[in-house]
Amino acid sequence: MRQDSLLSIHHLRTRFHTYEGVLTAVDGIDLEVYRGETLGVVGESGCGKSVTALSILRLLASPPAEIRGKVLFDGENLLQMSLDEIRQIRGNSISMIFQEPMTSLNPVLTVGEQISEAIKLHQGVTREEAWSKAVEMLRIVQVPSPDIRAREYPHKMSGGMRQRAMIAMALSCHPRLLLADEPTTALDVTIQAQIVELMERLKEEIRTSIVLITHNLGLIAEMAKRVAVMYMGKVVEEAPVEDLFLEPLHPYTHGLLGSIPWIGRKMKSGRKQLQEIPGMVPSLLEIPDACRFHPRCSRAMEICRKEEPPLVQKNGRRVLCWLWK
Amino acid sequence: MHEMTQTQVIRNPHRQADSQLRRRWAKLRRNKAALFGSVLILIYLIIALLAPILFPGNPSAPNLMKSLERPSMEHPLGTDELGRSILGRIIYGSRVSLLIAIGVVMVGLLVGLPLGLISGYYGGKVDFGIQRVTDTLLAFPGFLLALALVAVLGVGLKNTIISVGISMVPIYIRLVRGCTLSVREQTYVEAARAMGTRDMTILIRHILPNVMAPITIQTSLGMGTAILFAAGLGFLGIGVQPPTPEWGAMLGSGRAYLFNAPHVATFPGIAIFFAVLGFNLSGDGLRDILDPRFKL
Amino acid sequence: MFQYVLKRLLSTLPVLLGISLLLFFMLRMLPGDPAQVLAGQMASPDDIKIIRHQLGLDRPIFIQYGFFLSRLARFDLGRSARTQNPVIKEIWARLPNTMLLAVAAISLACLFGIPAGIISAVRPYTWIDYLFNSMALFGISMPVFWLGLMLVVIFSIMLQWLPAGGTGSWKHIVLPSFTLAAFVVAFITRITRASMIETLSQDYTTTARSKGLKERVVIVKHALKNALIPIITVVGLQFGLLLGGAVLTETVFAWPGLGRLIVDSILARDYPVIQGTILIFGLLYILVNLVVDLLYAYIDPRIRYA
Repeated sequence: MRQDSLLSIHHLRTRFHTYEGVLTAVDGIDLEVYRGETLGVVGESGCGKSVTALSILRLLASPPAEIRGKVLFDGENLLQMSLDEIRQIRGNSISMIFQEPMTSLNPVLTVGEQISEAIKLHQGVTREEAWSKAVEMLRIVQVPSPDIRAREYPHKMSGGMRQRAMIAMALSCHPRLLLADEPTTALDVTIQAQIVELMERLKEEIRTSIVLITHNLGLIAEMAKRVAVMYMGKVVEEAPVEDLFLEPLHPYTHGLLGSIPWIGRKMKSGRKQLQEIPGMVPSLLEIPDACRFHPRCSRAMEICRKEEPPLVQKNGRRVLCWLWK
Repeated sequence: MHEMTQTQVIRNPHRQADSQLRRRWAKLRRNKAALFGSVLILIYLIIALLAPILFPGNPSAPNLMKSLERPSMEHPLGTDELGRSILGRIIYGSRVSLLIAIGVVMVGLLVGLPLGLISGYYGGKVDFGIQRVTDTLLAFPGFLLALALVAVLGVGLKNTIISVGISMVPIYIRLVRGCTLSVREQTYVEAARAMGTRDMTILIRHILPNVMAPITIQTSLGMGTAILFAAGLGFLGIGVQPPTPEWGAMLGSGRAYLFNAPHVATFPGIAIFFAVLGFNLSGDGLRDILDPRFKL
Repeated sequence: MFQYVLKRLLSTLPVLLGISLLLFFMLRMLPGDPAQVLAGQMASPDDIKIIRHQLGLDRPIFIQYGFFLSRLARFDLGRSARTQNPVIKEIWARLPNTMLLAVAAISLACLFGIPAGIISAVRPYTWIDYLFNSMALFGISMPVFWLGLMLVVIFSIMLQWLPAGGTGSWKHIVLPSFTLAAFVVAFITRITRASMIETLSQDYTTTARSKGLKERVVIVKHALKNALIPIITVVGLQFGLLLGGAVLTETVFAWPGLGRLIVDSILARDYPVIQGTILIFGLLYILVNLVVDLLYAYIDPRIRYA
C-alpha cells in the first residue's frame, strides 16, 4: 500500500445466494484509490461495478449477499465494522451518487429535508442550521433560487436539477470519498456536460477522491486519472487513463474502445467501421472456465481455455491476460 | 454497439437476484398452501356427495328428549336445542353451502361477464351507463348490498343465492371490463376486426380466453366470500330458513345457548372457517399459477 | 389543491344520484302498493292516504322521483312503520354507536396490522413473517359472528372479565371492537407488507441508507411514508367491509347501532327505516372514500400539486 492510499480493496468477493445457485457478482478484486484522485471503473452492465460500490458501503441486503475480503478506508476495514460504525462513515466520509435521479430521491420529502437530514445527523447541528447549510449546498451546485427549491418536492424538478440535488446531498458533509455510480447516464447530453463540470469543480474545492463508475468511456477520459476495466466480476485491466486509451492491453478493453464512435478519430482509408465485441456477456451462473473472456475473445489461445490467466504487472499497469505473459 | 447506446443499465443486480429468490420461495410455499386448500374443498365435496351414507337418517328430525347434549359417542359433536345431531346437520349443511357457493358465482358470472365484456369492448355510452350503475352498487360494499337485496326479495335459499350473487356482480363487471379493455387494443384483435370478423366471434374467440384466468381466481375467492355472506345472512335470521341445515343459521340459533351448551355455536363456525379457508387458499394459489404478473 | 378537492367532490354526484335512484326503485320493486308497504301492516287507511299523497303516487313517475329527491335533500326519510318515529331520528340515535365501534375497530386494526406488516416486510420469509401471514389468512377466512361468539364464551362466560353485550362502560366496547378489528386487520397486514416490500426495494431507500441513517429512520421516514398511500386506500375500502361486519358484530353483542337497526327493520318489514339506513350506509362509505382521497393529497405532494 502506498502512503497516500485512501481506499484499498483486497480480494473483495461479493456473492448472492439465490434460488438458482450462488451468483458471484464480484470475484476477488483488488483496487486502490489514492487521495484526491478519480478512479474510473468501466465495464458492461452486470460486470459487477455497481455491486462493488454497494459492497464498499455494505448497502446490499445480507442475506442474500455475502461480502468477503477487506475494504480498508484510512486503514480501517469497513467490512469488519459494527453497523453503528459503518453508519458513521456513510454519507459522512464516504457518500454515494446514484444513476437515476428520478428514483433516487424520495418523492414524499422535500429536497431540503433530504439534504439536511444527513447534515443534521453527521454534523450534530440543529434543524435550522442543517436547513440553511442544505440551502447553501444547493447554491453551490448552482440550483437557481435555492431557498425556494429546498422547500419543493423532487417531482417538480427536472432530471438535471435532481441530480444536482443528489450531488448536493452527497457532498453536504464534505466526504473524503465519493462513489459516483453512473452519475450522468440518465441525463441529456447537454446536462451531462454541466454535471461533469460541476463534479470536476467541486472535487477540487472539497478535495475529495472519486470512484467513477460508468460504461461511458468518454466520461472516463474526461474525469478519471486511472481506469479499472471490469469483466464478469474481475478487474481485467488497470492503467493510467492515457495509456489505456492509447494502448489497451486486454482484448476486452480493445473491444470496448473499438465499439465507441470516436469523433475526430482518423478513419483509416475511410472504411474502418465500429467494432463490436462478438457474443453476449454470459450469465453469472455460467461463468466460463479458465479465462472468462475466452469465448468472446478474438485472440484466444489454447491456454486461455485451460488455465486462469495470470496477473501481469507492466510499467505501473496491470492486466489479467495470457497474451502478456 | 450493444453497450454504449444502452441507457437502462441494471444498476442493482442484487435486487433482481433477491426478488427472484423471494418469488420462487413464495411460489413454492404458496403452492403447498394451495394444495392444502384444494384438499379441503375436495373433502367438503366428498362429504356433501356422501351425506346420506355418512349420516343415515333425517338431519332435521327433532328429538326433544335429547336436546342440547354434550358431545358423546352417539353424537360426536353433541345435539342442538331440538335434539338433532350437530354432526349430521354440519354434514348436510355442506350441501347447502356448496350449492350457495356455486349458485352465487353462477349469478355473478351470468350477469357480470356479459356486461363486463360489452362495457369493455364497445365502450362509449353503453360503457358509461354500465359503469355508473357499477359505481353505485359499489357504494354499498358487499355484505350491505346483499342485505339490501334481501330486504327487497325476502328470505330463503333462492333469495340468498340471488342477493349474494348480485352483490358480486359489480366485482365481476370491473374485472372483466378491465381485461377486455387491455385485450381489445392488441394487434391480433384489431387484425380480426379489420378482416371483418363479427364482434360476437371476436368476443368469444379472442377476448374471452384472456378473461378466463382472472375470472377463475375471482371465482375461487368469490365462493369463499359467498359462503361467508350467506352464513352471515343465515346467522341474522334473514338467510336460509330452518329447518334447512345451514351453518350460519345453526350458529344463529346456537347463540341463545352459549352459557350452557357452547358447542352448538362452536362447531358450525369451524365448518364455515375451513370451507372459506379452502377457497381462499386455492384462490391465492391459482393467482400464483395463472396471473402472468406473478410469473417468473 | 382546491381544484382537486372540488373535482373529487363533483365526482361523488353521479354516485349520489345512483343511490337515490336505487332507493326509489327498491320500494317500487316490492310487490303491492308502495304506500301500503311504507306504512306497514298496522296502518289505518287514513295513514296510507297521507303517505300516498306525500309520495305523489297519483302523479307521473318522474314527478314522484322529484318528490323523493326533494324529501331526501331535507333529510325527510318518512316515519318508521314500527315506532312511528321519524326515520332520521331513529338513525341519528344509533349512528354514534356504529361510528364509535367502527372507529375503534379500524384504529385497533391499524395498530396491529401496520406494525405486523412492517415487521413481515423487513424480515420476509422468516418465522415471524409466516406467523403474521397465517394469522392474516385465518382472519380473512373466519366468520366474524363466530369469532364474536367464541370471544363471548371465553371472556364473558368462562373468565367473566368482560360483558357479553350491551353498552355503558369502556368494557362493553372491548369485545365488539376486537371482533370487528380481526376481520379487517388481515387486509391491512397484507397490504402493508406488500407495499413496504415494494418501497424498501426502491432506489430512494438505498439513498437513505447511503446517508448513514438509522434503519428505523429509513423504514419509518423514508419507506413507510411512501407505502402509506396504498395502505390508506385499503383502509378506506375496508371501511365498507367494516360496515358490513358491523351489522353482524352489533347483532352478536346487542350493540345498539345502525347494523342492528337495519336487521330489526328487515325482520319487521319496516321499509322506511330500511331505506333510510341503506342511504346512510352509502353516504358514510362515500364520505370515507372522500376523506381517503383528501389524505392522499396530504401525503403525496405529486397529487397535491397536480
